[in-house]
Amino acid sequence: MSNNIIDPANMIYTKPELMNDNQMHYCPGCSHGVVHKLIAEIIDEMGLREKTIAVAPVGCAVFAYNYIDVDWVEAAHGRAPAVATAVKRLNPDKLVFTYQGDGDLAAIGTAETIHAANRGENIATIFINNGIYGMTGGQMAPTTLEHMKTATCPNGRDIHLNGYPLKITDLLAQLPGVCLVTRQSVHTAAAVKKTKKMIRKAFENAMEGKGESIVEVVSTCNSGWKLSPAASNDWMVENMFPAYPLGDLKNI
Amino acid sequence: MAKVKGAVVVNVERCKGCNLCVIACPSDVLELQPREVNDKGYHYAYMKNPEECIGCANCGYVCPDACITVYRKKID
Amino acid sequence: MSEEIFLMKGNEAIAHAAIRYGADGYFGYPITPQSEVMETLMDEAPWETTGMVVLQAESETSSINMVYGGAACGKAVMTSSSSPGMSLMQEGVSYLVGAELPCLLVNVMRGGPGLGTIQPSQADYFQTVKGGGHGDYKLITLAPSSVQEMVDFVSLGFDLAFKYRTPAIILSDGVIGQMMEKVVFPPSRPRRTEEEIRKQCPWATLGRTPDRKANVITSLELDSSIMEENNNRFQAKFKKIEENETLFEEVNCEDADYIFVAFGSAARICQKAAELARKEGIKVGLIRPITLWPFPSAVIAKYAEKVKGFLSVEMNAGQMVEDVRLAVNGKTKVDHYGRLGGIVPTPNEVVVALKDKFGC
Repeated sequence: MSNNIIDPANMIYTKPELMNDNQMHYCPGCSHGVVHKLIAEIIDEMGLREKTIAVAPVGCAVFAYNYIDVDWVEAAHGRAPAVATAVKRLNPDKLVFTYQGDGDLAAIGTAETIHAANRGENIATIFINNGIYGMTGGQMAPTTLEHMKTATCPNGRDIHLNGYPLKITDLLAQLPGVCLVTRQSVHTAAAVKKTKKMIRKAFENAMEGKGESIVEVVSTCNSGWKLSPAASNDWMVENMFPAYPLGDLKNI
Repeated sequence: MAKVKGAVVVNVERCKGCNLCVIACPSDVLELQPREVNDKGYHYAYMKNPEECIGCANCGYVCPDACITVYRKKID
Repeated sequence: MSEEIFLMKGNEAIAHAAIRYGADGYFGYPITPQSEVMETLMDEAPWETTGMVVLQAESETSSINMVYGGAACGKAVMTSSSSPGMSLMQEGVSYLVGAELPCLLVNVMRGGPGLGTIQPSQADYFQTVKGGGHGDYKLITLAPSSVQEMVDFVSLGFDLAFKYRTPAIILSDGVIGQMMEKVVFPPSRPRRTEEEIRKQCPWATLGRTPDRKANVITSLELDSSIMEENNNRFQAKFKKIEENETLFEEVNCEDADYIFVAFGSAARICQKAAELARKEGIKVGLIRPITLWPFPSAVIAKYAEKVKGFLSVEMNAGQMVEDVRLAVNGKTKVDHYGRLGGIVPTPNEVVVALKDKFGC
């Protein structure tokens, strides 16, 4: 039965064309891969393959440039918004976006993040928030939840010692230079579709010169969290979503 | 009555056996290979109950490694 | 447009020279004594004429990374700062070298360490010439000693940076930055079109066209064997620069018994000091390194065979003198005279120092 279904004419879903055959280095079940797919799909759907200049962060997504076949600039840790600022200002007709994790965007790069947003740079920022430093082995991030255990807060984040989880997107939503701030996830097919819609909106805003758009994707880091991919999704729904509720914070 | 039938093809070598497609499937079509592994040693996903597939592509959407291709056909 | 003559500050001259060169972008952060660079650019508003982008960043960290982004696109981009700001930029400078990006940096030096002073200094010689950031690298370092050279080195710096795909820096100081002098500007050049940049810089990230693979600008390589190859390529490039791009000025060295070695504003003082010494019957010449890296070791080595001594005169505690000693390699005496903390030495005190140190 399935043999006559498997025919190019019946294909409804496959790996995006812009995503190459390099096997991704991410851990099994990592949210990065899903977001990468969405970006690759949207760039092609918008016909922007030749007009895209992407800016990669330092963190797990440092090698994003190995997977999506557009031009990439790999920025120093936290500096992607500054890099993207210049790329966009010098190439105003291009799609310029940054792809950053929570440590990159909300710790070491906080100044660059806030000032690029405040200038209303016509860029999009995809922000992966999994509450942990994945690449360096699971240390505390600015977005680590209270009582959440990491390698550098092995007894759980103590707010007296480490301060509070930083809701950076809430701050960014206050800035007049920002036109879109939304918090999404990719743990279910429905969530993936919603996130895709919002990333597309962010890219459209950037091309239309409406100011900066930030799409936060509340994500899992099953290696850092020391849970299976499925259990990570459950943990995220139970613990991350109350702290980082999904939905649009700003959409004008 | 027309019925929608689906089929899933897994790129075995890209699959990391994360199991998220198995969970996302509403029809209990997929499973990780209980014994066989790919070149990287992962128990990859396969269609355990191919007849049940409705081609909803939920498995594809949530797959982090872009290893799933989904087909769908109306069958009279 | 033909040549035009103006009277202006060194910092202002940098700004005008950048616009006339056809620079694509300037990104900076205010700091004394170089703020006139960005002030002049903002006043000239080149985005309305040549299309050059000028942006005040939130920090030097940000401005150097804006330079990184612009340079990645093959654009002629620059920043300027003064010593503390340059320290903050060192991370970005290392990345620029590692990613093989051409750009122009300008350091109008002031006294340090720390917040130091806003008065002129040459104490960033080590930082600039020996590599202020991490990793094995060199910066093409141009040391102007006049406002005219501030102008000339903008185009020279950009040209060398693009020729070798590596950053170039104008290492100036508060004297040259603030001083007003006559300058002659070269004719204006149009900015390069995207098509021209794509041809000149096939590596640039300007959007992937169907005829090529995706371009990636990065300094990262986790495979050590490839990373060693990359480093070997950088070193080969640096060697080529050393062989081909060394610049210096030599004044009255043929019959000299002693030679001053000095760069930038200190060289102007030494030129007068050499004249004063000759009036007293001491035959003194001057070697002025124009490129601090590559350092003009060969000419110093040549005169080391015949002179009684070299005096390295610097507005620091003795930095370039180490390169003079390496070039001289023990063949004759080498000493240093310097003033610190923002003090500019007078020609007379340099002559006194020469007599004192060499007993002449």
